[in-house]
Amino acid sequence: MIVNKHGSPLYSTENLNPDTRHGMILYVEDVSVSFDGFKALNDLNLYIGDGELRCLIGANGAGKTTLMDVITGKTRPDTGKVSFGQQIDLLELDESEIARAGIGRKFQKPTVFEALTVFENLELSLSGDKGILTSLFHKLSGEQKNKIDEVLETIGLIAERYYPAGRLSHGQKQWLEIGMLLAAEPRLLLVDEPVTGMTTQETERTAELLTSLAGKHSVVVVEHDMAFVRSIARKVTVLHQGTVLAEGSMDEVQANKQVREVYLGEEQD
Amino acid sequence: MDTLLNSPMIKKMSSLHVVIAILFISTLYVTVCNLFFAEGSALHVSDYTVSLLGKYLCYALLALAVDLVWGYCGILSLGHGAFFALGGYAMGMYLMRQIGDRGVYGNPELPDFMVFLNWTEIPWYWAGSDNALVMILLVFAGPGLLAYIFGTLAFRSRVSGVYLSIMTQAMTYALLLSFFRNEMGFGGNNGLTDFKELFGFSLQSPTTKLALFVATAVVLAIGYGISHFIVNSKMGRVVTAIRDSESRVRFVGYKPEHYKVWIFVVSAMLAGVAGALYVPQVGIINPGEFSPLNSIEIVIWVAIGGRGTLYGALVGAIVVSYAKTRFTAIMPEAWLFGLGGLFVLVTLLLPKGLAGLVTNLMDKLDPPSQGKQSDIENTPPVAENK
Amino acid sequence: MLRLFPFLFFFVLSLPVFAAEDDVQGESELISLVGQLPSTKLNKLSSLIEQIADTSAPQVRAILEPLMAGDLYYLKANKQVVSVSEDTNNQYQLIDVLSNEALPTVSKSAIKKVRTNNRLRGQIRDLLANLDLTSDQVDVRISALKLLLDKPNKAAITAVNKLIKTEQDSEARDLMSAILLVEQLENGNDAEKLSAAKQLSNRLEPSVKNALVSQLQKIPGSQQGGSLKAELSNAIDDIEQQISVFKLVENLFFGLSLGSVLLLAAIGLAITFGVMGVINMAHGEMMMLGAYTTYVIQQTFPSLIEYSLLMAVPAAFLVSGFVGILIERGVIRFLKGRPLETLLATFGISLILQQLVRTVFSPLNRQVEAPLWMSGSLEINPVLSITYNRLYIIIFSLMVFFSLLMILKRSSLGLHVRAVSQNRDMARALSVKSSWVDAITFGLGSGIAGVAGVALSQLTNVGPNLGQAYIIDSFLVVVFGGVGNLWGTLVAAMTMGTFNKILEPSMGPVLANIIVLVSLVLFIQKRPKGLFPQKGRAAE
Repeated sequence: MIVNKHGSPLYSTENLNPDTRHGMILYVEDVSVSFDGFKALNDLNLYIGDGELRCLIGANGAGKTTLMDVITGKTRPDTGKVSFGQQIDLLELDESEIARAGIGRKFQKPTVFEALTVFENLELSLSGDKGILTSLFHKLSGEQKNKIDEVLETIGLIAERYYPAGRLSHGQKQWLEIGMLLAAEPRLLLVDEPVTGMTTQETERTAELLTSLAGKHSVVVVEHDMAFVRSIARKVTVLHQGTVLAEGSMDEVQANKQVREVYLGEEQD
Repeated sequence: MDTLLNSPMIKKMSSLHVVIAILFISTLYVTVCNLFFAEGSALHVSDYTVSLLGKYLCYALLALAVDLVWGYCGILSLGHGAFFALGGYAMGMYLMRQIGDRGVYGNPELPDFMVFLNWTEIPWYWAGSDNALVMILLVFAGPGLLAYIFGTLAFRSRVSGVYLSIMTQAMTYALLLSFFRNEMGFGGNNGLTDFKELFGFSLQSPTTKLALFVATAVVLAIGYGISHFIVNSKMGRVVTAIRDSESRVRFVGYKPEHYKVWIFVVSAMLAGVAGALYVPQVGIINPGEFSPLNSIEIVIWVAIGGRGTLYGALVGAIVVSYAKTRFTAIMPEAWLFGLGGLFVLVTLLLPKGLAGLVTNLMDKLDPPSQGKQSDIENTPPVAENK
Repeated sequence: MLRLFPFLFFFVLSLPVFAAEDDVQGESELISLVGQLPSTKLNKLSSLIEQIADTSAPQVRAILEPLMAGDLYYLKANKQVVSVSEDTNNQYQLIDVLSNEALPTVSKSAIKKVRTNNRLRGQIRDLLANLDLTSDQVDVRISALKLLLDKPNKAAITAVNKLIKTEQDSEARDLMSAILLVEQLENGNDAEKLSAAKQLSNRLEPSVKNALVSQLQKIPGSQQGGSLKAELSNAIDDIEQQISVFKLVENLFFGLSLGSVLLLAAIGLAITFGVMGVINMAHGEMMMLGAYTTYVIQQTFPSLIEYSLLMAVPAAFLVSGFVGILIERGVIRFLKGRPLETLLATFGISLILQQLVRTVFSPLNRQVEAPLWMSGSLEINPVLSITYNRLYIIIFSLMVFFSLLMILKRSSLGLHVRAVSQNRDMARALSVKSSWVDAITFGLGSGIAGVAGVALSQLTNVGPNLGQAYIIDSFLVVVFGGVGNLWGTLVAAMTMGTFNKILEPSMGPVLANIIVLVSLVLFIQKRPKGLFPQKGRAAE
């Protein structure tokens, strides 16, 4: 398959589609990243299955955010391979190309476009041609409007649709960012600490939402809130000092001796 | 819900229409008063005033260009004077060639300064400069190309914020030095001047001056329309998003560098057109136009008018230029104090400029109700890229 | 005359008085010769002067120099030959040329001038030069020899031929042999010419090269005398090669000195912009204030010009530093985290400061004087000389740089500055008064800019636009070196300065400047974080 990775600046059509015939959507192999001698990631290997919901846990500095950065193209690894499906080498793409290929990311600190309205934030996030000319003469189709309405409903911001996003509360911004992910319909969602600043109710709703997404989409969640992780996780990966310490179901992981020592041990007492 | 959608729509449409209507009425008024009321009549508008107003409108167009990149895209260009000057030089070259053998040296082929430098033939880059179409092409292509090259290099390597500002300043500074050199073939220190006619019309005649004023007003209206279309399109929203959070835009799948280059080029071309209209009205273009101070003055017009609002840029340019004309006539030393003070006061006390005052006032009269669509032009204090 | 006097006086005093006693014979001869001066006709004067010079008496100079300058008179009354040292209201201060005794003042009518003409003056000049050749002082001998090399004359060359055997100083001997070789090159036979050319190939004096070139041109193109021709052009090539090496060294030196100026201009910015992250467009004006402080100090203490710079350095530091703190407290602290707005506001401040200086001092450039120790130059060889002001500026800039480095590394202020710049909230939590640190740091950066202004006042015109000329360059230096990295600033400044000066000879200053600007812009676009970027997640 020939991939025109850059596209034209004026029209950039979607021509990246991950090949998931082996059931895997993300391959992270032998990846190392260091900052000024500090190894943030150390020969890390991670495979995410198509349609899987995976939780990543680990102490601060374990490399969770750096891993996200590597997958989304924000940080270049020193060594290793990262591919989306079997054929798309993510290391050759920049952030926007990776996003267009179908990897969406929600940041730890909610970042929405504050000057734009909730509606406009979602409009920009819709999947589709992201070239300049298209944007210049773009008119929302009925289908796209419906999609936005649908997302608004899901994230509960119908009443605030014409609010500038800057005026939303912290929790609402979290929801808006999740909504932006939904509007983009990515194949793989990377969600960094989605429930910080949310009420218990909202947390439950988030858990519900993320579980319902799995299957159609693949989801990777980074979270500190153990209760939350337990409520959604089927498979958990524990990172420690830039490598995978353990992988398995929540119970398996909790039973793992090493994990108890370095991570859960601190959590449980 | 429909009313919610529609009411701001009308509000938005009207801002364009109001500006165009004001522009149209004042142009008409000036034209009529200049042509049909005799000198001495209370309603008479002198030729001098017409030229002055024409100059202000050029500044307004220039301010519009800067607002497009700074107010909407967060690119603080301290070098837009360079694009203005390049457009001006393109026009100046054409006007130079129109002088023909009426120059001091009477050389039908070479402009005076080349004769003075003992040049025997016209340099290659002056080829075709006697053709009006080539001139018009150059007015767009010169600034556009420079902006494209500079923008591509800068935005692709993700130079932004203050670094970019300083580099734009260095760019115009380098051009200033270059154009001062006689070897550049643009008249060196003295620039291009002593123009006689444009498209066959004498530049000295009051009618030509009036026509130039009207043409500037028309071009300004067109420029305003284009800018309005851009900022209200989805493209405009992407650009605003880039201003507020460039990296986030990338993760949504847009390529900010492409958008930035594009808007930078459009803005440079607008500035170039402003320069081209400016030169025949003031009768000279020299390297001084490249000086970094000029570029920074443009920025203060926009800041005072209110960046991120198109009409604010126009108001700022005209108000500050008018103040400058008055001040430099009454007490020239005070002008730089005044200008400097404006920079400090506006950034400290009036971050949204005059337009911000107006919107605040309107908000007070008509407090925003729940769910009302915010005007895209009503921006929060601009978040900047570090 | 007035200017000549101290020199003459000094010279006369330095003459070894007892030397005259050995030579009573010469002394009496001189007295008789001098006695003839008033009565000798102009056309006979030439040989008389020569005879006087030949006596080699210590007073010869005291006679010939006033004669050349038209200050030699005799008293009408007794034909005593005197030199006139001062005249006020037609009262003439006289000195007896033979005894060096001051005589009572007389009016003009009592004395008469010993007349000379141009030809005689030329002759005297040559005679004096030859006299210098035998001077006791090495410096005088060397400068006389240099003069002789440029303008050879027969008599002197003959003298040199003798003197070279007794000359002790190696530099003087070298010069002598060069003079003789040039003479040999010009008047010898082919073989002599050949060997002279060979030996002259390591001389850098321009007149040696000229002599070689003119010899080469004298050989007609068709003539076979191939070996001489080859030798000549070899020698010329050799010389040119050496000259170009030294020119390169000179350019490097110029580059380093320009680099030091840039460094001085950029160091303050490296603190305010690099460490604090504040864009201060009025930074150039801080330098301008420093330069004007120097001017004010020189105006206030006109008698202390020699010490004015030493006084100006702390004064400029305080003035600019104080203004800097005012700016920080009054404007910048309200614009924290809004770099573009800070840029605009400080730009406004720079306009105000410029206009203030224009109003207070006038828009014209002010003259700041250079103390004596700053002027002059260190001559290393005929093509390479190093001016003291540039040398001092290099040293000074490095001193400023290293003291700043020490302040940041070692002092508690430095610790606080670094703490605040790395993590403001954390520093505050540790009870570092971050607002106080900001103000002091900004004052420090501005103060150093003021100190830079003192140095600049010695190099460029002191005017309201002084700062503007440096602001873009200083920003580029800081960005080029890598923001927040002082060593990077040092390397960047020196690189930029040297690059500029190396380009300059072939393309002229303006084009060199443009090329440096453009390549810097390109470099920054390739590597936005500069030469020495800060790495890691924190740097984003």
